[in-house]
Amino acid sequence: MSAPLSDNVLHGDPGIEAHPPRHELPIDATGGTPMQRSEVKTIFEKGSPGRRAFSCPKVDVPMVEGLLPDAYRRTEPARLPEVSEPELVRHYVNLSKRNFDLDSGFYPLGSCTMKHNPRLHERVAGLPGHARLHPLQTPKRAQGALELMYNLERALGSVAGLPHVALQPSAGSHGELLGVLLTRAYHEDRGEHRRKVLTPDTAHGTNPATVTMAGYEVVKVGTNPDGGVDIEDLKAKATTDVACLMLTNPNTLGVFDPNIEEIAHIVHEVGATLYYDGANLNAVMGISRPGDMGFDIVHYNLHKSFTQPHGGGGPGSGPIAVSDRIAPYLTVPVIEKQDDGTFTLEHDPAEGRPGSKSIGRLRGFQGNYGCFVRSYAYICSLGAEGLKDASETAVLNANYLLAKLRALGVTEHLPLAFGELCMHEFVLSGAPMKKDLGIKTLDLAKRLLDHGFHPPTVYFPLLVDEAFLIEPTETETKETLDAFAEAIAAILTEAGEDPAIAQNAPYTTPVRRLDEAAAAKSPVIRQPL
Amino acid sequence: MSRYTTTTDADLREMLQTIGVGSLDELFDRQIPAGVRLHERLDIPEGLPEQDVYAHLRDLAAKNTSAEDEITFLGAGMYDHYVPSVIDMLMSRSEFLTPYTPYQPEISQGGLQVMFEYQTTISELTGLPVSNASVYEGPSAVAAAGYLAKLANGKARYVVSAGLHPHSLQTLRTYAHGYDIEVVVVPLKDGVTDPDAWAAAIDGETSAVFFAQPNVLGAVEDASALSAAAKNSPAVVVAQVDPITLGVLAPPGECGVDVAVGEGQALGNRLDFGGPSFGFFAATEAYLRRMPGRIAGETKDVDGRRGFVLTLQTREQHIRREKATSNICTAQALNALGGVVYLAWLGRQGFQELGELLLQRTHYAREQLAALDGVRKLHEQPVVREFALTLDVPSVAAVIDRCQDAGVHPGADLETLTGDPAHRGGLLVALTEQRSRKDIDRLVEVLGAAVTAERAAGTTTGVAA
Repeated sequence: MSAPLSDNVLHGDPGIEAHPPRHELPIDATGGTPMQRSEVKTIFEKGSPGRRAFSCPKVDVPMVEGLLPDAYRRTEPARLPEVSEPELVRHYVNLSKRNFDLDSGFYPLGSCTMKHNPRLHERVAGLPGHARLHPLQTPKRAQGALELMYNLERALGSVAGLPHVALQPSAGSHGELLGVLLTRAYHEDRGEHRRKVLTPDTAHGTNPATVTMAGYEVVKVGTNPDGGVDIEDLKAKATTDVACLMLTNPNTLGVFDPNIEEIAHIVHEVGATLYYDGANLNAVMGISRPGDMGFDIVHYNLHKSFTQPHGGGGPGSGPIAVSDRIAPYLTVPVIEKQDDGTFTLEHDPAEGRPGSKSIGRLRGFQGNYGCFVRSYAYICSLGAEGLKDASETAVLNANYLLAKLRALGVTEHLPLAFGELCMHEFVLSGAPMKKDLGIKTLDLAKRLLDHGFHPPTVYFPLLVDEAFLIEPTETETKETLDAFAEAIAAILTEAGEDPAIAQNAPYTTPVRRLDEAAAAKSPVIRQPL
Repeated sequence: MSRYTTTTDADLREMLQTIGVGSLDELFDRQIPAGVRLHERLDIPEGLPEQDVYAHLRDLAAKNTSAEDEITFLGAGMYDHYVPSVIDMLMSRSEFLTPYTPYQPEISQGGLQVMFEYQTTISELTGLPVSNASVYEGPSAVAAAGYLAKLANGKARYVVSAGLHPHSLQTLRTYAHGYDIEVVVVPLKDGVTDPDAWAAAIDGETSAVFFAQPNVLGAVEDASALSAAAKNSPAVVVAQVDPITLGVLAPPGECGVDVAVGEGQALGNRLDFGGPSFGFFAATEAYLRRMPGRIAGETKDVDGRRGFVLTLQTREQHIRREKATSNICTAQALNALGGVVYLAWLGRQGFQELGELLLQRTHYAREQLAALDGVRKLHEQPVVREFALTLDVPSVAAVIDRCQDAGVHPGADLETLTGDPAHRGGLLVALTEQRSRKDIDRLVEVLGAAVTAERAAGTTTGVAA
């Protein structure tokens, strides 16, 4: 079977796009693509002394000598690049072409929700009234920003089914830290000093890392054969020394825990809080609400469910929503709407208001406002129905892709790790593939690169051997899902004939497999000058 | 189907059939317990066409007074520097805007090389050999440095200069409470950290010391002396640095600082009402394996080609989990791209010229303003791009309001910023290369008039506006 080469192949070089899938070429025919042949230089290895892109404004005030004591002065200039604007532009535009990106192709990276980023959002975020607004602008002259944030808080609260939202955290892991610190404040305020936080073994790595940062001990809870929380294990570990259970639902296996109500009951019974890791919220918007499931604290990843572009690893934004009992401890400042319809930023909210016993701040200013603008625009575009449609389609696409992989026989080598159906993502195990065909999940991922697809998340979650975590999102067409499934089937067929092809893949990318061990052994993490 | 999804009725039928379910609802009914299904519509208005969303967001923007609308001297952590057009162009390129963390290095060489170049520029600026690929922003970078110290030496106490930005101090307190480290604040004297109180506060139980360069009053600290005071203690020396001032100020690495962190917004990022920007995090070699966040490293591929990968990942949460050096995952890669492009745009000479320009204009502004009736310098220390004044008025907020009515934002109300009653009457004035002598002269005129008017009003009514 020949997989159609996606027209989304890496680097916009027409000479490369025309290539047929590499496995139809002899493997030793790799004289290299144009990108591969070009010599890689950093910006520090380009340019020439005296070149510049910046014209500094003239000193238009009387020059005064000796404004700084000599001892405070820099003696040697920072060895920054010396390039003209054209060189600068070429360098970074050429670098950009060495990236694969969502705008050019399928990016089914599990638990990352790589959904389309509407360009409208970049346009509105770039309006000077948003982009050049100083964070310390007098609130009465920043009413538009405060109104936007207030509206966003309300909309997010509606999605979570919880009444109070704080936008401040900078990313999901930052929201997690806030959530666990709020839990600590809640218990301390009641005179309790609990020591443990429960996390399932399927949890994102940020969960246990957060627990440690918040001064708690991590206690792992097992997973049952259906992929949900092991209820007996939870009961055994849910003691009055437990502050919180952090849960992702649907979890990283794509399984919606059928026992969620019982789990919430067990956790609340011992006085602990239930924390919702919102990384997988894209499965349930308008369909099921964490607040209704019994969660006390929820974080959102605006860069996932609410389509803030991922930027190559940020920026993100990780607002949280909480129930009434957690609200007094929320971060400050808090946005309040006054009776006259104006909005204020309260640094010391009145007794009984959210934030009145605040744990303080988690960062400077009011959070990643530029991300708020984008996500708010998204919510305005979609409305309640559109958000629900997004989640429905995300779940439909995941199940369709799974069914298609089954129909093509892929799951004989890569079986679904848990369950029958899935929510917005699913995990296959490459263990049989490794045994039967001699290629690992990593090899499959690398061979997918030659087909023009970004591979799914690999080797996570940790409890699945040779894990392959696929999240197609609602963005993708049926045609793309078909092409992806066929590419995987083709790679497996090819591996049956000659596993070395996948084992040595990729062939068409700007570089091929990189020596990560050497990079870690003797780290070179800056340009020597 | 919305405009961002593509499933036609025909697609839906075929897809459901392939899956083997009768309806979309069945997909959910079979997985989600009935008790937690939502049967009502979310309380969110109906979706809008693109042009209506644009109009709504434009109307909201129009309710804000931005740096486009007034001559602003606001700073206090974020600054209205000019963002060159090449940055807009590069940051909006799909290839930089829309991928995620470079988990697959073969198809992420662009982003990884940007990180490597970024790390090099931060290392050059700070005079420290090790930089990560960015953290969230300034104040949480300070807290992250605290966590590094906690893991490195496990001591009981942080010693913090009162010159640290209040948001940094508050963030550090929030984090430190989580793992029970005490925070001791050392006061300022004559505008800078009191050297005697500082030395007296540091002992064998000090985990880290923190100061800002320049400090929250704009004053340049004696960084070498502050670092030296911690030399005979286990403390990690942490400095929060305004990167723009490093064109003229000695780099922290040459002043005995172990970890230099800060807010990167001034380097090619927009104000954005406070974010997203990026935090930078640089350290001595000794802390390489304790760094938070991503680090890009150079290596070779199987064909011997030069390439870059995420390296030293055994520090990170996705591998080390509860033993990770930090919980950070998504950071600020796109904003860090803005930072490295900005520094390359300024270039070796431009970076110094910008520093000298700010030094001269700031001095001029400070002297002109301090000569006004009812206005004096809050301290006499050297400054680079920001300085504090004391206004002899009942309400600084009222003065700011009057100035804004005249089209000039004169700066931050210091008491509101720090929450310190000792800063009553304080005004923090910041310069960027966008504020010319003409703008400064206009500020002098407007602030002078506002102070005079406010003093007259205060005398008449005896109350703050």
